[in-house]
Amino acid sequence: MALYSEKVMDHFINPRNVGSIENADAIGEAGNAKCGDIMKMYLKIDDNGIIEDVKFETFGCASAIASSSMATEMIKGKPVSEAAQLTNKAVTEALDGLPAHKIHCSVLAEEAIKKALDNYYQNEKGEKNE
Amino acid sequence: MNIYADNAATTKMSDKAIEVMTEYMKNTYGNPSSLYTIGQRAKEELESARARIAALINAQPREIYFTSGGSEADNQAIFSAAEKGKRDGKMHIVSTAFEHHAVLHTLDELKKQGFEITLLDVHESGVVDPAELERELREDTCLVTVMTVNNEIGTIQPIEKIGEICRRHNVTFHTDAVQAVGHLPIDVKKQSIDMLSASAHKFHGPKGVGFLYVKKGVFLKSLINGGAQERGKRAGTENIPGIMGMAAALEESVRCMSSVQEHIKPVRDYIIKGLSEIPHSALNGDKDRRMYSNINFSFEGIEGESLLILLDMKGISASSGSACTSGSLDPSHVLLAIGRIHDVAHGSLRLSLGEDISYEQADYIIKCTAEIVEHLRSFSPVWQDLLAGRREYIL
Ligand SMILES: Cc1ncc(COP(=O)(O)O)c(C=O)c1O
Repeated sequence: MALYSEKVMDHFINPRNVGSIENADAIGEAGNAKCGDIMKMYLKIDDNGIIEDVKFETFGCASAIASSSMATEMIKGKPVSEAAQLTNKAVTEALDGLPAHKIHCSVLAEEAIKKALDNYYQNEKGEKNE
Repeated sequence: MNIYADNAATTKMSDKAIEVMTEYMKNTYGNPSSLYTIGQRAKEELESARARIAALINAQPREIYFTSGGSEADNQAIFSAAEKGKRDGKMHIVSTAFEHHAVLHTLDELKKQGFEITLLDVHESGVVDPAELERELREDTCLVTVMTVNNEIGTIQPIEKIGEICRRHNVTFHTDAVQAVGHLPIDVKKQSIDMLSASAHKFHGPKGVGFLYVKKGVFLKSLINGGAQERGKRAGTENIPGIMGMAAALEESVRCMSSVQEHIKPVRDYIIKGLSEIPHSALNGDKDRRMYSNINFSFEGIEGESLLILLDMKGISASSGSACTSGSLDPSHVLLAIGRIHDVAHGSLRLSLGEDISYEQADYIIKCTAEIVEHLRSFSPVWQDLLAGRREYIL
């Protein structure tokens, strides 16, 4: 379908890192069902702050699913500090572009990761205070 | 397997219509306004098409105006009734919340000009209640416009009753019959219709051509300025091949109407039954008062565009009311009008069947849809929340 790039279609049809992580170190969710897109990111982060594993669940259109899948690939194995720098623009570019009215899907992916990282830093602080 | 199940969006042209159009493009290229023989021959053919179309809806040839399709016919009908209403000091219009945008956006325009618009509730069933409609009529109501068949959920409106009420109250009645003409019997006299819009590409004719029926004596204004074609009501050299193709397609559709319905309806019911077995799904719109070819389901926990693209990869062409397929942020106004909340309106699927549908194809559609819904649910956070009891099922 010419609506999307081959990359988008590939990540939509064969999404990487789908599912959830039990006892995740951080969870982030962005979007809402009313607008038709929800993304949820689960992170497993080791003691050195490296993202060991990442999984996603997404309710949304093909570009939302592809954006989530691509974003998880881009942060897997990376330090949290690097993952925090991930932008929606980078996700869009990695997908060889998205139609103009679908850019918000890549924004949601960035948001879901940022929220997960916020959640991680909060948990970290909590542990240290204990 | 390739299955085209989006006949409410547009239909495949009939061989007969293509043949007729090619013939007219090759041989009847004259301008119907010209005096010489080949022009006059085109004129004769044009008038013969008008008469044949008129006969199929029990109208007079003079009551048929050719347009560029359903949207133009809707615009012209509504703007005409409004102009007449304004002159008479009547600036109230009654319609429904689930009309096609060709009607709704025209009404928005009139609202800006000071008209008051009442949009009737279409209930969960997707059917207008004529008694409610009658209660909304006022001294200053100049127009009632209610579609014959809804294009998304296929519900059939009580047009004859509405026509009778409008006649009794002396209010002009327009119906957007784009989804009905060529598929359901239309009799403008029996149904007391003052104006009716139709579009050829919905009944196996060409795109970009349609007609507006306007009862003799009902005011019609021209939207396009220019020559005196269509008795001064629609300027522009007539689209002869399109009009001839439309007439041929309509004749064929009307002739085959009951056999097509007899073939499609049981297969349609079979698919509805099959899809109903998908957990937490629901048919949108009344089950019985609906077009024999229409299926519209919502599946909880998934989004429609993803479903459509995966169905397309299986060779099935369908449509959805999800926001992502409309290019706006809101899901289908039709599904919202029948009370579906946003969350489940996004997860809708419309199948509009054609006459070549078989039980084998029906089984394939049911199987593919069930598999894809299950796949999308498997990683949908909404579905996971439903399963875990963190969110309540709506369907
Ligand atoms: C109910 C209804 N009205 C109007 C239209 C517009 O018709 P057209 O595409 O010929 O302008 C359509 C089809 O898109 C329709 O389904």
